[in-house]
Amino acid sequence: MTDLRKVNIDGHEIEVPADYTLMQACEQAGAEIPRFCYHERLSIAGNCRMCLVEWVGAPKPQASCALQVKDLRPNRDGSCANIRTDSETVKKAREGVMEFLLINHPLDCPICDQGGECDLQDQAMGYGRVGSRYEHNKRAVDDKYMGPLVATVMTRCIQCTRCVRFITEVAGVSEIGLASRGEDAEITTYLEKSLTSEMSGNIIDLCPVGALTSKPYAFNARPWELEATETIDVMDAVGSNIRVDSRDGRVLRIVPVVNDDINEEWISDKSRFIWDGLGRQRLDKPYVRKGSKLVATSWDEALAVVAKKLKGDPEGIAAIAGDLACTESMKALMDLMDGLGVKNIDCRQDGAPLGSGPRQEYLMNTTIAGIEKADALLIVGSDVRHEAALVNARIRKTWIHGNLDIAMVGMPYDLTYTYDHLGNAVDALETLMKSTKGFARKLKSAKNPMILIGQGALTRKDGAKIMRLCGKIADKFGMVKEGWNGWNVLHTAAARVAGLDMGFVPAKGGRDLAGILTGAQDGSVKTIYNLGADEINEDLFGKAFVIYQGSHGDRGAHRADVILPGVAYTEKDALWVNTEGRVQMGRAAVPPKGDAKTDWKIIRALSEHCGRTLPYDDLETLRVKLCADHASFAGINHAPGAVAAEKFAPAKLGKTGKPLKAPLKSNMGDFYFSNPIARASQVMAQCSKECSPLREAAE
Amino acid sequence: MVELLQDKDRIFTNLYGLEDWKLDAAMKRGAWLGTKEILEQGRDWIIDNMKVSGLRGRGGAGFPTGLKWSFMPKEVTNRPHYLVVNADESEPGTCKDREMLRHDPHLLIEGCLVASFAMQAHACYIYVRGEYIQERNRLQAAIDQAYKAGLVGKNACGSGWDFDIYMHHGAGAYICGEETALLESLEGKKGQPRLKPPFPANAGLYGCPTTVNNVESIAVGPTILRRGAAWFKSFGRDNNAGTKVFCISGHVNTPCNVEEALSIPMKTLIEEYAGGVRGGWDNLKCVIPGGSSVPLLPREICDDILMDFDALSAVKSGLGTAGMIVMDKSTDVVAAIARLSYFYKHESCGQCTPCREGTGWMWRVMERMVAGEAETSEIDMLLDVSKQVEGHTICALGDAAAWPIQGLIRHFRHEIEDRINNYRANKPVFVAANTIAAE
Repeated sequence: MTDLRKVNIDGHEIEVPADYTLMQACEQAGAEIPRFCYHERLSIAGNCRMCLVEWVGAPKPQASCALQVKDLRPNRDGSCANIRTDSETVKKAREGVMEFLLINHPLDCPICDQGGECDLQDQAMGYGRVGSRYEHNKRAVDDKYMGPLVATVMTRCIQCTRCVRFITEVAGVSEIGLASRGEDAEITTYLEKSLTSEMSGNIIDLCPVGALTSKPYAFNARPWELEATETIDVMDAVGSNIRVDSRDGRVLRIVPVVNDDINEEWISDKSRFIWDGLGRQRLDKPYVRKGSKLVATSWDEALAVVAKKLKGDPEGIAAIAGDLACTESMKALMDLMDGLGVKNIDCRQDGAPLGSGPRQEYLMNTTIAGIEKADALLIVGSDVRHEAALVNARIRKTWIHGNLDIAMVGMPYDLTYTYDHLGNAVDALETLMKSTKGFARKLKSAKNPMILIGQGALTRKDGAKIMRLCGKIADKFGMVKEGWNGWNVLHTAAARVAGLDMGFVPAKGGRDLAGILTGAQDGSVKTIYNLGADEINEDLFGKAFVIYQGSHGDRGAHRADVILPGVAYTEKDALWVNTEGRVQMGRAAVPPKGDAKTDWKIIRALSEHCGRTLPYDDLETLRVKLCADHASFAGINHAPGAVAAEKFAPAKLGKTGKPLKAPLKSNMGDFYFSNPIARASQVMAQCSKECSPLREAAE
Repeated sequence: MVELLQDKDRIFTNLYGLEDWKLDAAMKRGAWLGTKEILEQGRDWIIDNMKVSGLRGRGGAGFPTGLKWSFMPKEVTNRPHYLVVNADESEPGTCKDREMLRHDPHLLIEGCLVASFAMQAHACYIYVRGEYIQERNRLQAAIDQAYKAGLVGKNACGSGWDFDIYMHHGAGAYICGEETALLESLEGKKGQPRLKPPFPANAGLYGCPTTVNNVESIAVGPTILRRGAAWFKSFGRDNNAGTKVFCISGHVNTPCNVEEALSIPMKTLIEEYAGGVRGGWDNLKCVIPGGSSVPLLPREICDDILMDFDALSAVKSGLGTAGMIVMDKSTDVVAAIARLSYFYKHESCGQCTPCREGTGWMWRVMERMVAGEAETSEIDMLLDVSKQVEGHTICALGDAAAWPIQGLIRHFRHEIEDRINNYRANKPVFVAANTIAAE
């Protein structure tokens, strides 16, 4: 039962929970409160003083962002406290604060990138005085270097400290602070080095003025010229909700969309700044290898060449789907291969032994929001911070509230929170299994314990054995029970869960990735259809004929014999399934480049050339078939979580056997270079050079 | 004729350092006498007596000390209680705590024990102003003596109460005298005031229940309890009880600190103790009665004003720390207040908008007014800006920056206007060349 209190706001009596702030109460009563420093996902600073309201009877106006309703005393006659947001006092207070904020603000709106979406601009119009009475020179502040992502014009800064709080609290690196005091107070990075946070771009959104703006986007566009498309990010398997802003068919920026179940209000720097990679290294024409050279050709010729190859012995044909392949293209390719009788298909270009058990086996069942309910967490072989920045942010958030005990088996990555490091190698898991002390005791007594297994632990040769060991631990410590599923596999590829959901794995008697590549080496696999799998070393394809379908001229395209130009994620309507098993719908923001075609349509056209025409002519029919064949795709925006957890037995997953002694490592590589789009991006290249803490450590 | 305070009724018997400060001498003067017995009377007795005595905080705000102590939680839970003593005395015109630290440190240490016991705090921190080097050394030496004598530490004074006392040396920021900024600084962070609520009694040092008191408020405690609340209450008017150390500086013949009963007339205080105003009472221009933050009072008011909380707030000033700055007629009062404006601009922490931006603005306008290089309409603008700062900030520094200017404009507006008019009159009038040609 929540403790409700009455409060009178502008003459209307309302009842709100006692722990509401006055600001929340006022909003509930329909009164708008201006603010700069307050942000609902950051700690309360109360320093901008814009949200002052009048508490009738109190000697001073009160900062409504900080004062809680329970701290209000009732009036002498016993009636509830009166709050005014529309009185003369409040109006004067707001005008005063607004005037103070503007006396040292350069008012350079015409050349400021924040113009048009600036809180200071809007609130000056709404709550400010007509003009300023300040006749002295304005303060100028030196700009600070914050790295290749964040541009600074510090004279515009109003010292709200949102960026300081974000970087300290959410990102977990204390790299921005307020130095000096009084009117000399400056937001600074102290040593003027690049921010090393993988989430630093969020301070651009948080900055209520134009002090921190996007460096790559600088002077590109005004917000009212942009066309906004809400879609899904594919840089990792989190499925962050994003808004793609474009103009004239070009993506100009990417910003987060609020989704409390997934990314809250943040996105990683890779998601945000990848967009310049969408315009570089693009495959915009079909190519066919003639001699040693790839020669541009027509769609008809390219498809004819491919169809001819696919008509060979199905035993000698294989298909691999990569990390950025959309659900629809994988479904079409799978159906085509099925029609051709090809059994050698695999969507796991990293070779993880997933997909043989029930669906829970390969999902993050606790869900991202569910982490907040957990009280003990065991991380196995994952650099969560770089594999899934927003999952890490959620772990940090739970940890910072003091409710989460964390332990790690694997290399001791800097995850922005402290954890018990149980050991680098798998034997630490075996010790934990037998132990009753230390972290084992915490796990045992935890109400909602969870395990998070990184791909680094699963993609090894002994991945299945490690999985069995983890499963036993999950079983022993009661991580899976009715109403709670603490078994979590953390994916790094946006396409992976969808691929596993539809069964894009070898049919009975078919070859898996390792088998396909061995076959390619010894000549038994003659043709490989590569749907955007760019993380495989090109030498491993041997002498096989490789058909590459994808959007960027990366590793896969270099080795290809035929290139079928597909589109990037911002150019297609597609379904994506994140690591939680949540199906989300992406939307096309811009048209395809050049002659490139939507991926599923390429395969549909190819199927006609092969004489195995697929039974769908439009996206809708394809999706209907997809949902009919694989029911899990029908539940859009929904993560299964702990559904049927009581029937799930983690101890039976994987294979028995003694795992190897090698330390558990993340298979992430360079965070800023993890996929073909990122590798085409100059911004990412610069980030890799300057922002990566790993690199700095290596130097 | 007003009766002056007699020596027998003075609490700080070594305020001038005429005697030894060390433990033995302090004990001869009455410190540490019957401390154990005081503690044996129990917490409620101590707090009740402090309430009855009518002691109001000596640090500036004048909040009843006993009441403040009673705000601490009755039961100690998993969060320990703390007493923090504010010896970050930085208010211009105020130098009373300094003398106590130098010459009567044992009164303070004893007070710390009594107050901590009453609030169930096992630990007390004394935050000493950065510039007070000698005072810090003296205080530390006194603490060491008290430890050695078993007066503090485990089983302090044989009372069964374990009590530790720590001296912390600040770095010289004025804002760290604000109680929550002091706590931040003590925790090792940047000295910036916290939002209130939560008040320190609820969540103070390291988030634990904490009481922050001025040196004088704590140091007078044991004597009040020894001599009885009624004795203390017998001095001063109702609601303004007790004795108080006044600091008299500026244009007086013998600047001094003196302990007197509250509600003593200002004129008596200046004439009896400070040797009178330089050049006689008629040469008085104005007095800032309570440290630089309170509005000044012109001579007409000073003639018969009483020095206590209520009398001074009735004339829109305040007792503050009772650090009186006396200015005679040779003073450029506009320049004096401009200098204070500079001080507040310099000491603003920069956290909240009105103070960060407003103090600099006010100082700049004040500087122009010193020369008269302003418009008369700017006087009202300045007043308006000061009201835009006052009451809109996180802590009281905004108020402290606004009040001296408000006091100046209230009482010496004519002087600023004259200044502006003179400046204009002495400037050659430029007439545009083409106008002359046309004539």
